[in-house]
Amino acid sequence: MSWTRFFRRRHWDEERSREIEAYLEAETSDNIARGMPCEEARCAAHKKLGNRAQLREEIYRMNTATFFEGLWQDLRYAGRSLRRSPGFAAVAIASLALGVGANTAIFQLLDTVRMRTLPVHRPEQLAQIRITDPKNMRGSVDSDYGPLTNAIWERVRDTQQGFSGVFAWSGTGFNLATGGQARYARGLWVSGAFFETLGVTPVLGRLFTVREDRRGCGSPGAVISYEFWQKEFGGETGVIGHKVLLDGRPFDIVGVTGANFFGLEVGRSFDVALLLCSEPVLQSQSVLDQGSVWWLSAMGRVKPGWTMERAGAELAAASPGIFEATLPAKYPAGNRKDYLGYRLGAFPAGRGVSSLREEYSNPLWSLLAITGIVLLIACANLANLMLARASAREREIAVRLAIGASRIRIMRHILTESLLIAGSGAFLAIFVAGALGRFLVSFLSTEGNELAVDLAPDGRVLAFTAGLAILTCVLFALAPALRAGAAAPESVLRGGGRGLTPGRRRFGLRRALVASQIALSLVLLVGALLFSRSLRNLLTLDAGFRQDGILIAWVDFVKLGVPVDRRVDFQRDMLDRLRASPGVDSVSDVRFLMGEGSESNRIWIDGADQRRGISANFNYAGAAYFKTLGVPFVAGRDFDARDRVGSPRVVIVNEALTRALGLGPNPVGKRFRREVTPSDPEIVFEIVGVVKNTKYRNLREDFVPIGYYPTAQNTRPTEGDQILIRSNLPLSALTASLRRTFGEINPEIAFEFRAFKAYIGEGLLRERLMATLSGFFGLLAGVLAAVGLYGVVSYMVARRRNEIGIRIALGARRGQVVALIFRESALLLAIGLVTGAILTLAAGKIAASLLFGLKPYDPMTILFAMGTLAAIAAAATYLPAQRAAQLDPMAALREE
Amino acid sequence: MRRKPLLQSEMLQGTLDMLILQTLILGPAHGHTIAHAIERGSEEVLQVEHGSLYPALHRLEDRGWIASFWGTSENNRKARYYRLTPAGRKQLAVQTGRWDQMVRAIGRILRPAAE
Repeated sequence: MSWTRFFRRRHWDEERSREIEAYLEAETSDNIARGMPCEEARCAAHKKLGNRAQLREEIYRMNTATFFEGLWQDLRYAGRSLRRSPGFAAVAIASLALGVGANTAIFQLLDTVRMRTLPVHRPEQLAQIRITDPKNMRGSVDSDYGPLTNAIWERVRDTQQGFSGVFAWSGTGFNLATGGQARYARGLWVSGAFFETLGVTPVLGRLFTVREDRRGCGSPGAVISYEFWQKEFGGETGVIGHKVLLDGRPFDIVGVTGANFFGLEVGRSFDVALLLCSEPVLQSQSVLDQGSVWWLSAMGRVKPGWTMERAGAELAAASPGIFEATLPAKYPAGNRKDYLGYRLGAFPAGRGVSSLREEYSNPLWSLLAITGIVLLIACANLANLMLARASAREREIAVRLAIGASRIRIMRHILTESLLIAGSGAFLAIFVAGALGRFLVSFLSTEGNELAVDLAPDGRVLAFTAGLAILTCVLFALAPALRAGAAAPESVLRGGGRGLTPGRRRFGLRRALVASQIALSLVLLVGALLFSRSLRNLLTLDAGFRQDGILIAWVDFVKLGVPVDRRVDFQRDMLDRLRASPGVDSVSDVRFLMGEGSESNRIWIDGADQRRGISANFNYAGAAYFKTLGVPFVAGRDFDARDRVGSPRVVIVNEALTRALGLGPNPVGKRFRREVTPSDPEIVFEIVGVVKNTKYRNLREDFVPIGYYPTAQNTRPTEGDQILIRSNLPLSALTASLRRTFGEINPEIAFEFRAFKAYIGEGLLRERLMATLSGFFGLLAGVLAAVGLYGVVSYMVARRRNEIGIRIALGARRGQVVALIFRESALLLAIGLVTGAILTLAAGKIAASLLFGLKPYDPMTILFAMGTLAAIAAAATYLPAQRAAQLDPMAALREE
Repeated sequence: MRRKPLLQSEMLQGTLDMLILQTLILGPAHGHTIAHAIERGSEEVLQVEHGSLYPALHRLEDRGWIASFWGTSENNRKARYYRLTPAGRKQLAVQTGRWDQMVRAIGRILRPAAE
């Protein structure tokens, strides 16, 4: 077959027809010449020639690629027939677009946070260098990712063998504003080899080198990200050499990184990177030489010819020397053995680090399961619709079979139609996925902590979507196609679609589909209820403190250069001024807000055996902290002017601590000892007050023992503060008045406000996400199940018109007819609910870890979900049942 | 009993092609002539359902063994004429050779006694 003929096949068809016409004329005239009468001569000629149409077809087929030709025809036919039933097409395509789109969006997010490798050179060679089993780390831990101290890092850098390059980094924030309202850039402290080892190249200027990263380097410059360059400098090419103010200090911009490099933390991008050696410029108390501040993370690129295991083994072997050399002088004696026993290891880090990954993996997998079920329900629904459509087209198909269409062709035809639906659905799904993906990202982003993930679909995501489309197509089209292929034209045409009661078997599949829809919907509905009840539990939970009408102010007065010994006074004066601000009820500062960090130490009753001590959590709080948050005192007093640096150390404890330590009914006045820390010797504290329990790290955990030290006795105050302000003023009025007050105290103070309630709420993002999305999908599932049930019951009513007509004619009451229909749907409902309940119990295990305050096998929830589905089913049955009851028996029977 | 058209059912695939090519060796001809020539040449043994000729012609032309043109027939009618191309001539030689070989081979098997 030649392609030119393929495209000119119509021409060839005409050509051959003319030729055959010529033959007929010639043969006819020959016959006449032989003496036949004219009519007979023509007939004989036709007979001699054979079947003309078949002939033409045979030649035509020689000119075509039959398969593609047929496919094209089928597609056009499918398009036409879908246009003719726009309602069906819209429901089918929309439900697929939603189902596939939701799956794609969730998968895409999973893909970005879990599967993608970093956009750097040969990411598979990257290894994270961290302590394999970091137990009993003492000091302050400031990194989520394999924390190391600067001393350990420098030692690793100078002695390691297995890596062609190693680097360290730490995330931070740099204030871009010069005073007043703070504006933070997402910052990175990086060692000199950071960019070089990663193989990141600049789009402008240059990046840092190993040689620059020397102690006392001052401020050799800043590297900014592409995004920051665009946002802050409008992509100006003259930006190199410009200065950027970070925490009030100028840094020369030396280079801009490429557009796709976001740093090493998936979900958190960076704006500005500074060299580690610049750290003392910005921090009045540099942590470079503090052996018990764990703030760096390290990575390396494995040397060519080395494996990651070998590099790790080499690190482990070098560890005793490294930790021996870096043991801080004041490290608590009891923990020295732990410190010296630490072993470093190398762990694959090609996909970067991500707290997002740990926190959201589970929810995202659960959501993928949920959306998967939604898609299954949508497929069942579509299969049902297709079956209904196929039975409506039974006669058409029977006629086509009767006049010679092959069964394969009929099946192919139905599959093509499904392919068209699935294809259109998948196409729209890309947009649905885009919108849902953006929604998810904005949902998970919090103020000042934007989630930065690249949602551009990659090959894996597209393959996933296409795979889903094909899978759905097979799922919903196979049954109808097989059935159409097996149709018996004689019986269909003879029956004329009437008079015969549809066989149990033929109807059975549709009922099974609806029952499974109900079952799957129950699973989703129970899930949705569990997740929203779990969220409600957390929202209404008594955290022990009030959340309304409280504002957080983060204050930074590093520019004022207040010396260490005057900072406590400075803070106290500042709080006094704020307290005097109009509309302010009470003010206090505090070290840790929930979720910000924690501090824990071993304590024991003074004079008792140290081994009978407990581990307790600590916080620093100002006087009026408990009043501000509405935490009631059980006994004793609040902090007051007596508690200051130099006076005996005091502490206020919560009830959980008195109980855990076994202090008895009158704990006030009793004293406990706190273990040695890297910065302090053993200290005795006197309990001056007892307060009610409050949550410490997050809302989910139980009440833990907490001790509060007065901020006034803080021996190492920082050049900042975290202040809680309680007021009845509306938020905007309050912040305006506070802004004025800060300005009056000193215009160089930087500050940032946040509503306390919103801040606490951010700790529940995961729960909120699960509740919102599972609620949405549960609803969708319910609607789809209702549509499915409605379709099947309506169909059944239509098929049994005659029977129902006869029943009514024979005297059945309307109520009995309605009951008949309802019995049918109740049976489906019952089967679906029982199956669903079993599935729910099986699926419960997955959800358990995401629930708070209730078990996955919560009988009330399951019963409520069942009730809801029953109500939906009743609503879906009501209309067809009414239609059956209103049936005019004469009309129904006359049709017979 | 109705005689089945041989060309349809019993002739070997490719035989019809060979017969058409052979017919055209005498000069260009149109479909009607070719059909009758084959029938006459076989002394009416090979009854052709003349229609089956046309797909064969189409196929041969597609392979470049024959070429066609519109001409005027002996009784002044428009007709599509076919003529042999050099490639077709070569093909005919090949096919005839193969055919003779096969006939001899089959003959030896069917009449071994004649030896």
